[in-house]
Amino acid sequence: MTINKFLSKLSGRAALRGVIAIVIFIAIWEFGSRSLDLIGWRMPFVGLIPPPSDVLASWTGLFMEPSYWQSWYMSFLRVFTGFIVAMIVGIPLGLYMAINRTFYGIAFPSFEILRPIPPLAWVPASIIFWPTQEMSIAFVTFLGAFYTIVINVLGGASSINRQYLQAAQSMGASQRDIFRRIVLPATLPSIVVGSAVGMGITWEVVVAAEMISGGGAGGGASGGLGFFIWSSYVGGSYEQIIVGMISIGIAGYISSELLRKLGGRFTPWLKTR
Amino acid sequence: MSTLEKNDSMPTTGAIRIEDVVKVYDPDGAAVMAVDHCSIDIPAGEICMIVGPSGCGKTTLLNTIAGFHGLTSGHIYLDDEVLCGPGKEKAEPGSDRIVVFQNGALFPWKTNLDNIAFGPMMEGKLSKAEIYDKARRMMVDAGLEGTEDSYPGEVSSGLRRRVEIVRALMNEPKVLLFDEPYRALDSLTKSVMHEALLDIYYKNKVTIFFITHDLEEAIFLGHRLIIMSSRPCKPKKIVEVDIPHPRDYSVLTSPRFREIMNEAKGVVNEEARKAFEAGEKEG
Repeated sequence: MTINKFLSKLSGRAALRGVIAIVIFIAIWEFGSRSLDLIGWRMPFVGLIPPPSDVLASWTGLFMEPSYWQSWYMSFLRVFTGFIVAMIVGIPLGLYMAINRTFYGIAFPSFEILRPIPPLAWVPASIIFWPTQEMSIAFVTFLGAFYTIVINVLGGASSINRQYLQAAQSMGASQRDIFRRIVLPATLPSIVVGSAVGMGITWEVVVAAEMISGGGAGGGASGGLGFFIWSSYVGGSYEQIIVGMISIGIAGYISSELLRKLGGRFTPWLKTR
Repeated sequence: MSTLEKNDSMPTTGAIRIEDVVKVYDPDGAAVMAVDHCSIDIPAGEICMIVGPSGCGKTTLLNTIAGFHGLTSGHIYLDDEVLCGPGKEKAEPGSDRIVVFQNGALFPWKTNLDNIAFGPMMEGKLSKAEIYDKARRMMVDAGLEGTEDSYPGEVSSGLRRRVEIVRALMNEPKVLLFDEPYRALDSLTKSVMHEALLDIYYKNKVTIFFITHDLEEAIFLGHRLIIMSSRPCKPKKIVEVDIPHPRDYSVLTSPRFREIMNEAKGVVNEEARKAFEAGEKEG
């Protein structure tokens, strides 16, 4: 049996295992949720939440509701705005700190004091100093990705193999060439890793920020998935809470997958490792 | 040089003269002498093997030639031009002296072909088409056909080293500086690499400054062995390898090879022991 065949068989089996596990999970959930009716005794925790069949029914109902999709759109918009701005600001900042000692000395201490402050701790302050609710949510989301991206870029760019730089220098590369052709590509893998981690944090932050701030100026449909969950809770629609949670899971997965694809395209040499 | 074939076409440029070089590291007030009044004369086109125990300061010497480090006193000349000396503490790195590093310094984000084309592309003297034409030709010559579009991470470590040597040669250097390039390779791959290196050398004669602590490698490749003393580093003994080039692996079993091996081994072992004992004391 060739290695490839073996691997494909293994991955087939792994996929099958995954499917079976999910089916069993849903079955236990369904049974647990209906335990009061079925066995006359409410199972702890799971007995209190709506069964998956009801969640599915509520979800299919929502498929036709533009306001549900509007929530998706708003959260995605906020995540990507915050994330992209974090990349635009964070990558040059990290690179510049890595290549310029003076700037590092000036910027890094302040950066390190601000970094441990959780983005959510910024929510009240950012509501105060940003003119619109929308901007304060975007700002908090930005912070979620920003620190991770900067730290990864800084780490990646300062740990470049010195010999790459020496080799390039010997072969006549100018400072500009060295930055463009050595420092930048050598840092790319760290940029990709930092972005992937940052993206995860961004989703965590956006949901919390939406809940706390009441989902932006418009409220309701412009609130995003975080506010969707919160208003379902306030409105007593427990099925929709679960729908919101699963939606965020899917949204986060789509974002990460998108980023992985994009990152893979920028770092083709890593595929073979 | 008696062991350089007079009939063979040796290059006219690429002679390295190391004259009374001293290198003192002074990291925190405790001056450490890495190279001590070291003088070595390497004629153009010679394969000069620098043999010595680990950490003796050989790499420091290589780095000063390459221009990565400065020196404390003394001169280094390339042909008759001063690379570094008083008033010019550090040599300018340049494409006339290319280093092949111990762990390899191919750019992992560039394909083998792009790596090989890098130097001339930076120099910008030839057109892109000319450079890539030449790069492809050199790759075929070195038996690297078919790996052009692979990344260095996709080929074996032996092939990677060969790509790196071709990349170095693309710059048409006068001197190749090898810093124990085959250290991490297994002995079988190593022997293939040695023959490949000689093969490349016979096609492109350049001066080779080759650091190693593998005596067999040193005698097989070199015209001359410069056996260095342990820290501080200075030449202790020079061994001429009068086995004629071109060589192949049959010389390893020749009586003359054994004789040279025996001659060199005593000196090397003594220095290795000294280095080891010095290390014990420091530790």
